[in-house]
Amino acid sequence: MNEYSLTNLRELEAEAIHIIREVAAEFENPVMLYSIGKDSSVMVRLAEKAFYPGKVPFPLMHIDSKWKFKEMIDFREKYAKEKGWDLIVHHNKEGFESGVGPFSHGSKVHTDLMKTQALLAGLDKYKFDAAFGGARRDEEKSRAKERIFSFRDKFHQWDPKNQRPELWNIYNARVQKGESIRVFPISNWTELDIWQYIRLENIPIVPLYFAKERPVVDMDGSLIMVDDERMPKELRDKAEMRKVRFRTLGCYPLTGAIESDAETIEEIVEEMMTVTVSERTTRVIDFDQEASMEQKKREGYF
Amino acid sequence: MTDKKLNIQDFLNQDQKKDLLRLLTAGSVDDGKSTLIGRLMFDSKMLYEDQLEALQRDSKRVGHAGEDIDYALLLDGLKAEREQGITIDVAYRYFSTAKRKFIIADTPGHEQYTRNMVTGASTANLAIILIDARYGVITQTKRHTFLVSLLGIKHVVVAINKMDLVDFSQQTFDNIRSDYESFVAQLDIPDINFIPISALKGDNVVEPSKNMDWYHGNCMLEFLETIHISSDRNFTDLRYPVQYVLRPDIKFRGFSTSVASGIISKGDEVMVLPSLKKSKVKSIVTYDKELDYAFPPQSVTVTLEDEIDISRGDMLVHPDNLPRIERQFEAMLVWMDETQMNLSTQFYIKHANNSAKARIDQIKYKVDVNTLEKSNNENFNLNEIGRVVITTTKPMFFDPYKKNRQTGSFILIDPVSHNTCAVGMIIDRLSSKNLPSRITDVDKENIAMGKSLIQSGERQEKLNQKGETIWITGLHGSGKNELAFSLEKKLFENGATAVLLDGSSVRFGINRELDYSPADRAENLRRVAHICKLLNDQGIITICSFISRNDSLRKQIAEIIGKERFHMFYMNAPLEYCKNNKPELYDLVEQGKAKNLPGVDLEYEKPTNAKMEFKPEENESNIDKILDYLAVNKVFPTK
Repeated sequence: MNEYSLTNLRELEAEAIHIIREVAAEFENPVMLYSIGKDSSVMVRLAEKAFYPGKVPFPLMHIDSKWKFKEMIDFREKYAKEKGWDLIVHHNKEGFESGVGPFSHGSKVHTDLMKTQALLAGLDKYKFDAAFGGARRDEEKSRAKERIFSFRDKFHQWDPKNQRPELWNIYNARVQKGESIRVFPISNWTELDIWQYIRLENIPIVPLYFAKERPVVDMDGSLIMVDDERMPKELRDKAEMRKVRFRTLGCYPLTGAIESDAETIEEIVEEMMTVTVSERTTRVIDFDQEASMEQKKREGYF
Repeated sequence: MTDKKLNIQDFLNQDQKKDLLRLLTAGSVDDGKSTLIGRLMFDSKMLYEDQLEALQRDSKRVGHAGEDIDYALLLDGLKAEREQGITIDVAYRYFSTAKRKFIIADTPGHEQYTRNMVTGASTANLAIILIDARYGVITQTKRHTFLVSLLGIKHVVVAINKMDLVDFSQQTFDNIRSDYESFVAQLDIPDINFIPISALKGDNVVEPSKNMDWYHGNCMLEFLETIHISSDRNFTDLRYPVQYVLRPDIKFRGFSTSVASGIISKGDEVMVLPSLKKSKVKSIVTYDKELDYAFPPQSVTVTLEDEIDISRGDMLVHPDNLPRIERQFEAMLVWMDETQMNLSTQFYIKHANNSAKARIDQIKYKVDVNTLEKSNNENFNLNEIGRVVITTTKPMFFDPYKKNRQTGSFILIDPVSHNTCAVGMIIDRLSSKNLPSRITDVDKENIAMGKSLIQSGERQEKLNQKGETIWITGLHGSGKNELAFSLEKKLFENGATAVLLDGSSVRFGINRELDYSPADRAENLRRVAHICKLLNDQGIITICSFISRNDSLRKQIAEIIGKERFHMFYMNAPLEYCKNNKPELYDLVEQGKAKNLPGVDLEYEKPTNAKMEFKPEENESNIDKILDYLAVNKVFPTK
């Protein structure tokens, strides 16, 4: 390493900042989708870096399925206030009022109505022409082929066979009215990069990532935490306290915990290096159907 | 427990100091490329066990590797492709060893996907080219190597794979090596290395082979971990292409970008392009701290001592080291679109955070990627490569790609579909004597627009007409001229002021150097459209009779003139009628003495949005219809 070389992390950081600024420069009405997860937290920090000493010139939007962990919502409210983010919280009002949820409707219907459809409605409502997402290419096979600027048609659909070529760091930002781009500034980061960066930058994350005694129910092999009374009583009655943490965060009934003793980032990384299940397998939704994430992406879900 | 914690701390501290190597793998479906990548990732222990389990499950269903694990399945992400058994796009893979992190751009080898390989190569520092030891250097090897050289990758590793199938023979290896070396001599790749491997069996991939003691070099992984790449960047020529102007409040005005090349330091004297104004770097701001200097590819924000007007696309440079500042350049172009190149299109060009419109003025030659032979051709199809001359609507600040990947690369975007239809690498400056004669060097930015003291409403009032354009399209000999001239006469008799423009009137004088190639036909119409615009601005009606052979041209004309004052009519005559009506030109084309005649050897697209369609034999009523149309639309008379 000489004085003019960057470490892996700083190179990825520079790339992400370049991408974020490019979107701010090229689009009229961008938004950053904020999931409250660790990748989102990293992405928001990168946006803050991109425009320092100014403020981030676009809003954050959280698609609230109304089934997120309580701690996630507390975290969101705390930091939105503290950091002065321009935060939009959007949810599927009709779905919520008619009581859609994973216990009653199953993960497929719930995810479609409360996540995918809510997201699309949110994007349409505010007429966003670009939306940042925190997806990484190493998470899942179909993402490995997605562009950083990922073109979506009027119906927000992704066509894997018809992606725009993307060369160097020149991004094609041209869209017709109604079309949009999903932008993935941390495409090239791995899970380890994310943890390293959180550690290096002291980025706050939701405490659910760290191991703690929590009430969980074993549902077909997934450890589901009892987060509120909406979990059917017969399930709640089976709950037991176990020391667990979450590798990803989402709707609590769809997000399995893993048993763990990792209470610090270092311990998480250590565990990760030896763990036997990769990240997304704790998300129940991926197992619903063959190549299900690719299917969801075509429909407009990230 | 304390020991363990210390260890993980050490691990993380070391991990965060690793650098990043971006590499490209090129090879055909059967070369074992995916197997090599799978093994690099698997044997360096970065595969999670459940991915492995899924892999074993999939292997049984659609695998091609018999009882062994099919590493290729791990990499082929999308459903449809898995069934076809081929990778069809660029897939990015990540792995890390104790020494380095790696991003692999995995691109397919078969012919129709040059596009993907070029994409993967654009960000890579190094390329692994796979050769099947049984077949040696084949056409595809040459194609991959050419593309690697075209995209300016400086380091190549030729992995001669499947050595197990040739009895690990040194002779085979040496033969392939010398074949490759003699072929690559004509290309421009500074660093080439050869490694004999068996990806399937693991020889010389992560562990040195026990079967090839005649080979004394590094195994693949060791080679990738140790190759020196940080000096590949250009640290000499400062190019700071402003990406974003940061103005959070009145006090702070910063210019943000990722440093493209060179070093920018606090206190440096810098010049702003295109204004040529000079100032000094006051500070280099980042979220973490102010820096004394910044280098590529850092993303920073610079403030200057003086208040200078700077916007996105402008460039900061050192005054003694300027890029080329021009509106024309030559480039190697790769056509990326399913749709054939259309020379009359005005593209958007994106280059170093700068955007403009651009036209391809000339195709110098096309290169056959298989034979490297050059040929002349009018057009580019998907995956074709060649050397072109490009003219932009405003000056660009560029360097040859060879010297500077960042300021030597650009993309072209189709104005209608918005697809990235071509990508280019700038070669070197086009000397002005080679310029096509029609290109003038006037810098548009320096023309101050005069402002008339007469309002358009006043002109309309006085002339009792709106300055608008009646455009008649149709084949040569279709009778559009007859219609145009009769219409001109009728309007004159009724008291209107109209000017008629047709092919002969403009080609005789103002456009006399233009020929009938598609590019010159487009230029001819562009000028006519500007004449119409000038006349219409003065309140004068223009009647234009031009073949104007396709919608894309017509759309550009409408845009120049102004869509709201462009009225297009279509003279729809059968080709046979046209040939009888004006046989001379058609005969010449038939005899091979002339070419590029729309309707014969050049396509004529019927307009999709003409206001009215006419038959030539109904000349009288056609004129009445147009007069009615003009009256209804209050073009003439206005009252």
